[in-house]
Amino acid sequence: MRAAPMTNAPANDNRIAASNVNGGRTLTLRIFRYNPLQPEQEPHLQSFTLEEADTMTLFIALNEIRENMDPTLQFDFVCRAGICGSCAMLINGRPGLACRTLTRDLPREITLAPLPGFELIGDLSVNTGKWMRGMSEQLQTWIHRTGGAPDLCRLEERMEPEVAENIYELERCIECGCCISACGTAQMRPDFVGAVGINQLARFRIDPRDDRTDTQFFEVLGDDTGVFGCMTLLGCEDFCPKDLPLAQQIAYMRRKMVLAAT
Amino acid sequence: MTQPLTGRRPSRLSAWMDMVQGGTGLLLVLFMWAHMLMVSSILLGKDAMYWVARMFEGEPLLGKPYPILVSGVVLFILAAIVVHAVLALRRFPASSHQYQTLHHHIRSLRHGDTTLWYLQVITGFALFFLASVHLYQMLLHPGDIGPYASSDRVWSGRFWPLYLLLLFAVELHGGIGVYRLVVKWGWFLGKDPRRGRRRLQRIKWLITAFLLALGLLTLAAYMKIGMEHEARVGERYVPAHLQPVAEPQGNP
Repeated sequence: MRAAPMTNAPANDNRIAASNVNGGRTLTLRIFRYNPLQPEQEPHLQSFTLEEADTMTLFIALNEIRENMDPTLQFDFVCRAGICGSCAMLINGRPGLACRTLTRDLPREITLAPLPGFELIGDLSVNTGKWMRGMSEQLQTWIHRTGGAPDLCRLEERMEPEVAENIYELERCIECGCCISACGTAQMRPDFVGAVGINQLARFRIDPRDDRTDTQFFEVLGDDTGVFGCMTLLGCEDFCPKDLPLAQQIAYMRRKMVLAAT
Repeated sequence: MTQPLTGRRPSRLSAWMDMVQGGTGLLLVLFMWAHMLMVSSILLGKDAMYWVARMFEGEPLLGKPYPILVSGVVLFILAAIVVHAVLALRRFPASSHQYQTLHHHIRSLRHGDTTLWYLQVITGFALFFLASVHLYQMLLHPGDIGPYASSDRVWSGRFWPLYLLLLFAVELHGGIGVYRLVVKWGWFLGKDPRRGRRRLQRIKWLITAFLLALGLLTLAAYMKIGMEHEARVGERYVPAHLQPVAEPQGNP
């Protein structure tokens, strides 16, 4: 095992940033290339060089490559603002959102690879949607009501502002998949629902509109594919681009599920 | 894919395994910390260590030492280790694919807590063997604990290389483990969990550094006594208050 620096936050090396304020660097992007529809071509890293611009993000750099150098390069973007969760990728080996990563925070050579743990569509594009849907169906991440459909003509039941804020905080998850790629457990054991799944159930657990009991949550979360599979490696929390309190949510559901089990 | 929600309680084995793994781990860490403090009594002098050894053999309560009490504790600790090891084994990578995936993941992620987890796996694996040797010795020779008896075992019995490895394996494994356990259940994180976690990490390293330093000093002390006592291996220490007044340095 090679010794690794004991940092828990994604690298934000001020030293590198300080030396790059003037821009003017020539960046080399080594990008993973493979198209499953052309299996005769081996997966490989392709290098592209481009001039760094001020406040350049990886989103801008990748678009420049696609427009000017290689129109076949596949990667996903929608919002460019860290809200859609489409552009998560491995940036020098660590998961992050390309649209929120400034090239000046990175060394001159940047390696980009698709998120591991998801079906590869091609190059940097992965099918996180398919994985998320499977997780959502398995965990049933939607409101369950015992009283049948709500009467839409009546005012919704009131909720304490604090509860609403807590729900909103967890709802900020954009399902980008970074927590799955940063999780050693999920990488070793693909049936693990990961922080994204546990966080979503925590969100419904605190929602007063969801009538599920802890025993019912236990049914979908109370085994090694769920909360008891988590080994607390904490990559999820440290690499979440939305800074969600994932470790606390997992701990919260673990405590609730233990109470449901005993 | 969708499972029906029936309200029927599914298997609780995963939950119990997780709790018992954590519980036995916590018990063993607390035991090891106390054990280190007791063993290090040699740094206060041979008489202090002699008193600690006799105390655990029940002398203050029962009037004379009963080493079998030590064997009882050893059996209990051995049982806790076996349970903890069985449960922890399910966390180990098991196939070549899992090893490859994990190694690649750790190298590329460069993430402290993930790397420390793997260090815990490695030290845990080492402890299967290192701890067993020590516990077997203590189980069958519970009376051989004392300023000279222990030092003879460490030096003339050539146990010091084992204890040196054991010290590092135990302190790293236990320190990382208890930190992970606390974060796992969300305890002691305070109002700002991120700051709370950094504080816990600092505390964890401080405890580990202190215990490693204490352990090395203690081992050195036993080695020194053992070296000096090499010619009279097997002879037992007589505490100062029982030594004849005429020959305070001698032995009866």
